[in-house]
Amino acid sequence: MLCGSRAEPWPSNSLTFLPSDAIRLLNSSLEQDVNDALPLGIEPLRSIDAVEQGLSEAGYIANRQISTAIYMAHHLQKPILVEGPAGVGKTELAKSVASWLKLPLIRMQCYEGLDESKALYEWKYGKQLLYTQILKDKINSVIGDADDLATALDKLHSFGDVFFSHQFLEPRPLLRSLQEPGGSVLLIDEIDKSDQEFEAFLLEILSDYQVTIPEIGTVHALVPPIVLLTSNSTRDLGDALKRRCLHLHIGFPDDKLEAKIISSRVPGIDGRLLKQLVSFAQQLRALDLKKVPSVSETIDWAKIMLLLHVSVLDVDMVRDTLNVLLKFEADIESAGKQLACLTHKARQDAGVA
Amino acid sequence: MIAAPASEPLRRFLQVARGAGLKVSAAEGIDAARALDIVGFEDRTVLKDTLGLVLAKTPDEKALYDEAFDLYFKRDEFSTDRAEPEEDAEDSEQDPFSSPSNGSGGDGMGGQGGQSLGSLLANDDRAALATAMEQAAREAGIENIRFFTQKNLYARRILDRMGLRALERDMEAMRQTGTPEGLGRAQFLDGRIEALRDSIRDFVERNLLLFAKGDTEKFREELLKSARLSNIERRDLDRMRVLVRQMAKKLAARYAKTRRRRLRGQLDTRRTLRRNMGWGGIPFITVWKQKRIEKPRVMVLCDVSGSVAAMSQFLLMFMYAINEALSDIRSFAFAGSLIEVSEILEKEPVEEAITKIMSLIGFGSSNYGNSFADFEDGWMRHVTNKTTVIILGDARGNRTDPRTDVIGRLSQRSKRIIWLNPEYKSAWGTGDSDMYRYAPFCNLVSVCNTLRHLERAITDILEDAT
Repeated sequence: MLCGSRAEPWPSNSLTFLPSDAIRLLNSSLEQDVNDALPLGIEPLRSIDAVEQGLSEAGYIANRQISTAIYMAHHLQKPILVEGPAGVGKTELAKSVASWLKLPLIRMQCYEGLDESKALYEWKYGKQLLYTQILKDKINSVIGDADDLATALDKLHSFGDVFFSHQFLEPRPLLRSLQEPGGSVLLIDEIDKSDQEFEAFLLEILSDYQVTIPEIGTVHALVPPIVLLTSNSTRDLGDALKRRCLHLHIGFPDDKLEAKIISSRVPGIDGRLLKQLVSFAQQLRALDLKKVPSVSETIDWAKIMLLLHVSVLDVDMVRDTLNVLLKFEADIESAGKQLACLTHKARQDAGVA
Repeated sequence: MIAAPASEPLRRFLQVARGAGLKVSAAEGIDAARALDIVGFEDRTVLKDTLGLVLAKTPDEKALYDEAFDLYFKRDEFSTDRAEPEEDAEDSEQDPFSSPSNGSGGDGMGGQGGQSLGSLLANDDRAALATAMEQAAREAGIENIRFFTQKNLYARRILDRMGLRALERDMEAMRQTGTPEGLGRAQFLDGRIEALRDSIRDFVERNLLLFAKGDTEKFREELLKSARLSNIERRDLDRMRVLVRQMAKKLAARYAKTRRRRLRGQLDTRRTLRRNMGWGGIPFITVWKQKRIEKPRVMVLCDVSGSVAAMSQFLLMFMYAINEALSDIRSFAFAGSLIEVSEILEKEPVEEAITKIMSLIGFGSSNYGNSFADFEDGWMRHVTNKTTVIILGDARGNRTDPRTDVIGRLSQRSKRIIWLNPEYKSAWGTGDSDMYRYAPFCNLVSVCNTLRHLERAITDILEDAT
């Protein structure tokens, strides 16, 4: 039913609240969008609940906002910009979506100096060179009967740009995600680490799912990929980029959600230990630390506790393993003073005497 | 046609969101409409999450959005001690006498309007009353409310449109009959009208918050930007701090970018070879060495003496902000003598930095000559022909030797000197002001006593510096 409603042209009278010229512009682009066949064949994305369940089957415990975001991203055909502190599962979300939908995950890690030859495409120089060498002998048969240079050139021109065609194109992540026949999940990781120029370069692919290669032309996506961008907010992203994306902020989970996440990632864990661990981590996050423990660090800690066959937290044990949760000497020191208190509280929360 | 019924509440909500300070572009408005089309209005939490994804793009905006959403979609619960079943609302809407469109039939025409309001009140049909109130409010143009003084006006208009006058006439008629039954009924309705008035006042207040909050904020900010810095009151300090930071960030984003320029004549061999691998190393395309243009080098000297004490808070605040934004900047504070404060500004949070600087050197009587001499002794050698020197101060040295010779040497060494003076031009040169003695050595001397001045001056500096 959703598919049916989307196929209808956009009712323009619902947009009367906008400046008229903007409507006209945007309307035309929208109509184009809708008319382009929208492959909504990804059946599992039929409702928000289905997304939530699907993600949990893939091992990702999502809250309502996260599943709404994925659902909307698919139906609105828009990228999601995921922001939040390190280690709350931003990258993991993309991986889980891919594994749940059984789509290939194409990951592009951003860094300073990343440019289009690494992100989009590059010519296979070696292959081009090799082919020109091999074809050297054939050149005579092509231009052999030409009398002068002009005719020879004309003949060569008639062969077109053989060396600048798809065969000699080395697709990089962005192009690859557009060329996947069954669709894909494109993860653009840590976009805030890239340069501003690169951010501007991304706009075309994010808004229209197409890229322009000067020698070939514009490449459209076969199936629009599900695009996730992650950012740790080391710098403010441009408004143009934000405007094109849905914005999802993932914060630290509350104790119930965190418990669910850990028990799904560390299957054999005892319920009471789990409660203690979660309570302890949540307390640590309330302290004034340089870097508070992330969910992934809590998971690591839980694994260690499981290996050590711990069932009740005690101060010495916590002190020995604290470096799993806290990564700065100063943090360990300042938390170390309160360990007894924190551990006691954690045991109380879990109902362990 | 699916989105058509949704468009009206959405349009109003977008207006509210913009009012609350969210930046909602036309494209995002369309996205919101499309999103709404998919999820519909059925589930409130889903609706909230969905619109939040589309409209709010930073954590700050998320908070604003949450507030606006809750305020806007909070429907009018008339104070009631029992839960109102949904069906009631539906039933009453089918009733022609209580349908809201009739209820809003006009002011004082009697007939159906008054009857409707009367019967609504008598039946205590809260859901229908709420609908009628919404309708009346919309007709009264509630979204144009801007100031709290308009509250009573709008409350009155809404009541009128709900048919209060006709009801009052009816009640008058009841009283006239003089029968105990008529009197009792009138009294009963009086009580009900009082309750209705209260609900409407609440309703208007909520709408004022909704529609006018952003405007009021904007109005205050505009005012603050052009107010003299020395006149700004204590309670506006926080707002001011935010404004200063915004401004510094804006300026920095615009100018701190490193720009590249080709330095012709130097071939980058390594990158040329790499670039031309495809042609067997034959250099079809040459790559030239690029040199990054240096960011503006700025030295700021800020007067923190008693005479400019009211100003120096903001000057220091601005210095702090710009210090955060530009990397190559050195800051100095002076009164009787001069110290470097770059490190304090860099390491401490803004509040503490300012207090620390003020306690180190602030509030004394200023001695410009002495301070400039200090600068020459300690830091003159760091001044190069690329350095822009900004001096913030009133040039009142309490009749001490102005040491214009130091400024002369400084102007020869530096790229330029810019003097920003918080005093009006008419006061320059009067009393102990040495402004006109320093002026010949400065490339630019200008009055700077509001945030707007400051912004313009700094923009000019940065524009020329790059």
